[in-house]
Amino acid sequence: MNATMTVFKRELRSYFATPVAYVFIVIFLLLSGAFTFYLGGFYERGQADLQPFFSFHPWLYLFLVPAVSMRMWAEERKSGTIELLLTLPLTMREAVLGKFLAAWTFIGIALALTFPIWIIVNYLGSPDNGVIVAGYLGSMLMAGAFLAIGSCISAATRNQVVAFILTVVVCFLLLLAGYPLVLDAFSAVLPQGVVDAVAGLSFLTHFSSIGKGVIDLRDLLYFLLMIGFWLYASVVVIDLKKAD
Amino acid sequence: MIETRNLSKRYGDLIAVNDISFKVEAGQVLGFLGPNGAGKSTTMKMLAGFLTPTSGSASVAGFDVEQQPLEAKRAIGYLPEGAPSYGEMTVREFLEFIADVRGLSGDLRYRRLDDVIERLHLDGVIEQPIETLSKGFKRRVGLAQAILHDPKVLVLDEPTDGLDPNQKHEVRELINTMAHDKTIIVSTHILEEVHAVCTRAIIIADGKVLADATPAELEARSRYHHAVSLTAPNVAAAREALARVADVASIEVDPQDNRITAFPRPGKHIFDAVSEVLKTQNVAVHEIALEGGRLDEVFRTITQGTRGAAAGASA
Repeated sequence: MNATMTVFKRELRSYFATPVAYVFIVIFLLLSGAFTFYLGGFYERGQADLQPFFSFHPWLYLFLVPAVSMRMWAEERKSGTIELLLTLPLTMREAVLGKFLAAWTFIGIALALTFPIWIIVNYLGSPDNGVIVAGYLGSMLMAGAFLAIGSCISAATRNQVVAFILTVVVCFLLLLAGYPLVLDAFSAVLPQGVVDAVAGLSFLTHFSSIGKGVIDLRDLLYFLLMIGFWLYASVVVIDLKKAD
Repeated sequence: MIETRNLSKRYGDLIAVNDISFKVEAGQVLGFLGPNGAGKSTTMKMLAGFLTPTSGSASVAGFDVEQQPLEAKRAIGYLPEGAPSYGEMTVREFLEFIADVRGLSGDLRYRRLDDVIERLHLDGVIEQPIETLSKGFKRRVGLAQAILHDPKVLVLDEPTDGLDPNQKHEVRELINTMAHDKTIIVSTHILEEVHAVCTRAIIIADGKVLADATPAELEARSRYHHAVSLTAPNVAAAREALARVADVASIEVDPQDNRITAFPRPGKHIFDAVSEVLKTQNVAVHEIALEGGRLDEVFRTITQGTRGAAAGASA
């Protein structure tokens, strides 16, 4: 656990040692604001909630989270520090978890900095703050799932651009798994049961049900299992691809 | 102590390391020699626990690198090839990170950090991001990281690569001062390094151990071993005089600097006879030297013996 914390601290600090952190945070705040007010019609709706704010998060994360996760392992591989890291007395699991938690915390910091919008909505009306907290929770969980996917894909390549693009594609497919765009492709060849299973994997379905303020154990479990699965896959992939 | 038993690493059809067995005791500095791609780094990566052996086993300080990887990694200090480090961190941050992962705390942590910073002369750059440092300093940071926890076993992959002659000298001194109570493996393709730091040398090529001996024993295999070389104002006269010595097998003159080398018959010493002849024949010489043997020549003979004619023909 100590080693995980050490890796975590180093990673988190490294985000802020480079412009990555600041660029990410500024872009994230600008875009989430712009989407909320212009595309989401925050004022025009006349409702005191953050629905228009949260509903764009999946699409923001689709591009911004892979930009954070792409360097996670690809950079270690490229600069050779992966050899240093993995010959230190820590387990692969600790290394993967430490890095993941650092990236997740970093996105958490960016998300926390959106607090002015929460203040605005409370100033303008009296929203259900429970729903807003649930929205933040759902947003965090989804970012975590995206990151875990990104961690695994980043582990598979030394090229950050490849890692970015593949992560976007995989996240996009999982995001829309419950929608015709993805389902039609499956329903042509697969039995209905499998198609339903694929539909059940959809990020958006689980995200929006948490966002409505209904914190169902199944939705939480879905995201946590998703994160666990992809992190485990990261460990396996790193182990397999160490030699390249 | 380091021990490998029939250690092998295969990548598909390619055999990078082929059945290597050796044992290094505390107090020994083993030089790992071989052409590029011989399997030096792969062997070291397996010792350090980065790569998993395809077959065979290796142990470090008594811990099997596969069965007890954490214990083995704690006992070892490893400098990977190219001395990678996190460029955006300052030297201090980086070393503190390593100290934390290695579980150094309290007083010991400060003492060890101070010690390596002093030993590797890092005080001047301690607050600089590593990516802004010169190659020599980066290498020293890598070495500092490797010896930070005062490990019993050191595995250094090309520790002097990219350093200037003064820095090379310093690193060799450092290795020598640590040598008495540690087990050290150093890979290099700089042969003078073998003399400077190693008590034993293993030559590998194509993944196999081709020679395992002390540097002196290796030199004795050279055809220059016990040869006599000299420079003289009158090359022809000197050559003629040398030819009179009974145990001289052959004489060569270097076309570039006219240095004359007389090679002895196997097992014979010719230095005394040569100086005697030069004196009686009244042949003037600028200087005369007894050759110890040339490692580079031995290295070439050994490593090219296996691939032989093909390599020679293309060269």
